Amino acid sequence: MATKTKVSEHSVAPPPVTTSYQDAHEAHGDHDHGHDDHGPLMHHFDDMVQQRESITIGMWTFLMTEIMMFSGLFFCYAFFRWKFHDAFMLGSQQLDINLGTGNTFVLLASSMTMAMAVHCAQIGDRKKLVAYMIGTLIFGGAFLGIKGIEWSADYHEGMVPHFQAFGSRGNWDETGQTWRTSHHAHEAGLKAGPTPEGYVWDYKHKKPVKSEEVKMYFMLYFCMTGLHAIHMVAGALILLVMILMAMNGHFGNGNDQPIEIFGLYWHFVDIVWVFLFPLLYLIAGFHPGGH
Amino acid sequence: MSHSKTDHHDSHHHSNPHIEETHDPGHHIVPVKTYVIVILSLMVLLIITLGAAAIDFSAMVPGNPFFAALNIIIAMTIAVIKAVIIILYFMHVRYSSKLVWVFAGAAFYWVVILFVMTLCDYMSRGMTHYPGQYTF
Repeated sequence: MATKTKVSEHSVAPPPVTTSYQDAHEAHGDHDHGHDDHGPLMHHFDDMVQQRESITIGMWTFLMTEIMMFSGLFFCYAFFRWKFHDAFMLGSQQLDINLGTGNTFVLLASSMTMAMAVHCAQIGDRKKLVAYMIGTLIFGGAFLGIKGIEWSADYHEGMVPHFQAFGSRGNWDETGQTWRTSHHAHEAGLKAGPTPEGYVWDYKHKKPVKSEEVKMYFMLYFCMTGLHAIHMVAGALILLVMILMAMNGHFGNGNDQPIEIFGLYWHFVDIVWVFLFPLLYLIAGFHPGGH
Repeated sequence: MSHSKTDHHDSHHHSNPHIEETHDPGHHIVPVKTYVIVILSLMVLLIITLGAAAIDFSAMVPGNPFFAALNIIIAMTIAVIKAVIIILYFMHVRYSSKLVWVFAGAAFYWVVILFVMTLCDYMSRGMTHYPGQYTF
């Protein structure tokens, strides 16, 4: 009985399917899909058009999840900026617009070099491809360097929200003025008004602002720039690997799509910063000392 | 059917891929000139957004809710223009198929749902009062 079933299964089972693409690969005696010597078409796609479309849509699906993750934080920002409007203005004044502008410039430049790297991969110029990818890595590294300098300054000026000393080392205290607005106000000879416990003095609007509300601004500032920086670090590491691969002869012979797909990720990270920059740095305008 | 496919793919393998790809609608090579125009316009927009931030519109017409919000409206409009330029040209969506447009658009459609639905809830419950809040 059992033998009979086995036999019938055998007779029903279709003969092993050999696709035309496998034939094509076998004709060249090559089953390794990672190398350039047989073209970039993978065996589970019909042709290059379908393969490019599928990979691009796959990457956009991933970017969709990334956009949704960031937009949660952006919504959080929008809500609390509305709720704690004055505190967000005061928090934003503590940031250095020069560093933020420098970072925007550097990141836009890195997007340009990345776009040029994609172009060079498409026309098959591997030397320029490597050069532009190294340029992108340098600009990306410069961004992270500036960010590190900025975070270090934020730390020393008492802006890290989880510290007990948040704000208390500065702003309304005549002796320990550490926040940027307090520095400028002190130099300009401005005096803080009556500030109750748990409040900081807003020199621009000449009124006390709740310290806890400014804390929320800095919480979002560190979360948003931090998550963005994690994406930059991940991007830089992948870029480093891709540079080494390109130097070892990958991404030639029409197999340029990995560069283009990485470019999508890099430009996405750039877009996040395009929104972070005005929301975090520019909302309070150029009024460092208050007027 | 199967035979013609084999022929098609054999031709792919035997010929120069660059010549093949000029017939590939999913693979449009954007000229360098376009990228240069794009990066220059992005830099110009960066300067404009800095310039707009240096002007305090709320002080121009005190108490006017539109002027009070004008700084953030201008900043966000410029940010959206920059993002659209990057998506269309640097991310090649302009040269991509309709299906890629749908996938790229869907992501931002969900962001709109997130903002509109959640803000509807918050705003209709009066949970966002602060001193000096604008009333619409």
